[in-house]
Amino acid sequence: MRNNLDIKLAFGVMALLLVMIGFLQSWGVALAILNLCLISAVMSMGVNIQWGYSGLINFGVMGFLAIGGFATIIVSVPPVTEAWSAGGFGIILSGLILFILIAGIFYVHRKWQSKYKNYLLFFLVISVIPIMKLVAGPSISAIESIDAATSGFLGGFDLPIILSWFVGAFFAAIIAFVIGKVCLGLRSDYLAISTLLISGIVVSYVKHEEWLTRGVKNVTGLKRPAPFEVDLQNSDWFVNFIEYLFKGRLSKITDFEEKVILLNDLVMTSSSIFVKLCFSLIFSIVVITLLVFSEKALRSPWGRMMRAIRDNEDAAKAMGKDVVKRHLHIFMIGSAIIGFSGAMLVTYDGLFTPASYQPLRYTFIIWVMVLLGGTGNNYGAIIGAFVVWFIWIESAPFALFVINTLMSGIDNTNQLKMHLIDSIPYFRYLMMGLGLLVVMRYRPKGLLPEKIIKN
Amino acid sequence: MDFLNAIVLLTNYIIVPALTYGSQLALGAIGVTIIYGVLRFANFAYGDLMAFATMVVILTTWYLQSLGITLGFLPTALLALPIGIIATIILSLFFDKTVFKYYRDKKSEPVILIVVSIGVMFILNAIVRIIIGPGDVIFMDGARFIMKAGEFKKMTGLNEGIALKSTQVITFITTIITCAILFYFLNKTKTGKSMRAYSNNEDLALLSGIDPTKIIIYTWVIVSILATIAGSLYGLDKSFKPLSYWNNLLPIFAATIVGGIGNPLGAFYGGFVIAFTEIGLTYAYKKFLVYLLPEQLEPSSLVQYISTDYKFAISFAILVVVLIYRPNGIFKGKVI
Repeated sequence: MRNNLDIKLAFGVMALLLVMIGFLQSWGVALAILNLCLISAVMSMGVNIQWGYSGLINFGVMGFLAIGGFATIIVSVPPVTEAWSAGGFGIILSGLILFILIAGIFYVHRKWQSKYKNYLLFFLVISVIPIMKLVAGPSISAIESIDAATSGFLGGFDLPIILSWFVGAFFAAIIAFVIGKVCLGLRSDYLAISTLLISGIVVSYVKHEEWLTRGVKNVTGLKRPAPFEVDLQNSDWFVNFIEYLFKGRLSKITDFEEKVILLNDLVMTSSSIFVKLCFSLIFSIVVITLLVFSEKALRSPWGRMMRAIRDNEDAAKAMGKDVVKRHLHIFMIGSAIIGFSGAMLVTYDGLFTPASYQPLRYTFIIWVMVLLGGTGNNYGAIIGAFVVWFIWIESAPFALFVINTLMSGIDNTNQLKMHLIDSIPYFRYLMMGLGLLVVMRYRPKGLLPEKIIKN
Repeated sequence: MDFLNAIVLLTNYIIVPALTYGSQLALGAIGVTIIYGVLRFANFAYGDLMAFATMVVILTTWYLQSLGITLGFLPTALLALPIGIIATIILSLFFDKTVFKYYRDKKSEPVILIVVSIGVMFILNAIVRIIIGPGDVIFMDGARFIMKAGEFKKMTGLNEGIALKSTQVITFITTIITCAILFYFLNKTKTGKSMRAYSNNEDLALLSGIDPTKIIIYTWVIVSILATIAGSLYGLDKSFKPLSYWNNLLPIFAATIVGGIGNPLGAFYGGFVIAFTEIGLTYAYKKFLVYLLPEQLEPSSLVQYISTDYKFAISFAILVVVLIYRPNGIFKGKVI
């Protein structure tokens, strides 16, 4: 009972704060916070499944997000035909050779029985890179040289962008399978470090393979599942709708020209709000579906088994549970959800910027969300995402306010004051750190602690 | 003659940079490994501790320069090191008392301590960026070169030259001296021995009357000294940028684990292993082979294993290989 009350209270406060921002700042900001919060809720639920359900520590969030973002490029961008004709054959050929090499490595790994097996494997793995370079090198430079300023990459398949969310999840699950096979046997702190480092490898691949992702040149102007603002502003039904909506305000103005200006203004602002609302709707559907499924999973025999493994691995083993396999599965599921949210994030931003993937921002902030909200509790993960985003966005105005009040007597040209105002964006990291430390100390189970489920 | 040219080429482009970079990694890795050995957690805040220490050194350097005090051909930052060390020790002890002690007394799992260290990392990162700003700071003064490539060529009459930046020499020499003192301390002095005993078996160490609070204070002091030296050397050699210290933490972790976590000597070698592989694999050997091979066999491509874009990825890949084949590191870990 008390737990339900907590959840309702937390969500009530969250809604209230959003409405407050809507009235005090603008509805655009409120919706932006809501949307980012919904995306981050998906991310933190993914991490929560790994960390909260089964105690796996995954610091590779950034890598899986980047994979999800990469999937949006592959799925939704129209193919660049000249690039395909210039280097497509070479790329496909090298893909085939890569496949054969990997198959060979697996064959040696599984079937070969020899003293020198490990050396041979090592040699094979090492040889992949020069071989690939030799085969694919000319095609890659051919592709990158085609219209380098605006394109210079292969493009994708020109499919609806929503599809990419699922593709992103699938890609992330594959990568998670590979990482899990290598790292899951390690102790928790080794697992943390090695997933962090591997996500670094993934991001540096996405950043530097320009023929595939345009790398640091970024891909902009992605498709959207929601309409574009410009289209809305030029469509009759939307203008009529806005006219109908603000009939009262418009009828008060008698001058025709002023009326047109006000209407234009209203159409402008409400088109962006409308687009954000569309996104909110889609994201909410995702979050609610995911929440329902993960709550169901938590209560199912599967969830019970996972908690048993988390709480006492040896006992679970003794009951005949295959702990390694279960860990691998949950690592893949959680990573798939993170990949899904990575694709959502890129879709919402409308651009893919590989250079922006920094562990501080895309791994540890997500972790702060999970730990703040409550490990093992899906509602907690959502609340955590909201709290963190709220602090993240509102700490800059807040810090400005504090600086201005504390130093109100001091002239605006004062060096110290100017320096402090310049460094306002970094106060949010300070808040994050302090928040994390306070929660870890005084509420180690998070704002909404895990519910003990009695079966 | 061609053979000598080839050797000089390699020295200039691989050995000298790798020794410098390796020294920086080694100092950092020893700090991480000592924290792991004594306090038993991987400290994610270490990179930002280094950044903080360097920041204090830079501010002191600026102050000294404004007073007109310099060290001649040596960088003034060396004079500022003690101030940086003291500030960092105070900071470390402060965070230990306010943050880490609570979890140590509660005997929390290592994962919790990692998470807490991430909180400290956020705070330090913010403090450094608020105080000194996010941009590049170059605080190197004094002589830039000990030997320029042109002078070397004139001296020896070879086609290739070796350029020795003074920061490179300072880095290497300081690292060797620091490590020598550290290993002497750990192996020969009573405090060092008790630290090792505590790291090896906490209960036995407590039983034989070793004072844990003292050990922990010593650990933070040593770690702070190492962080200040490593951070300042890195900042002198490259330039100071708060985020690059955080990025540097990742190869430092790789070096720590490659050398066997908890093993300072291993961390020392681990740093050089990482540095030499990183630079050796990203170097284009074309010119080197042109010197050595007969004309018909000269390569047309760059003969580079992997492009320099993937410099960081190499250290991570080494780590993965080590984790698969020797999870305890090349040198057995877990004891300092």
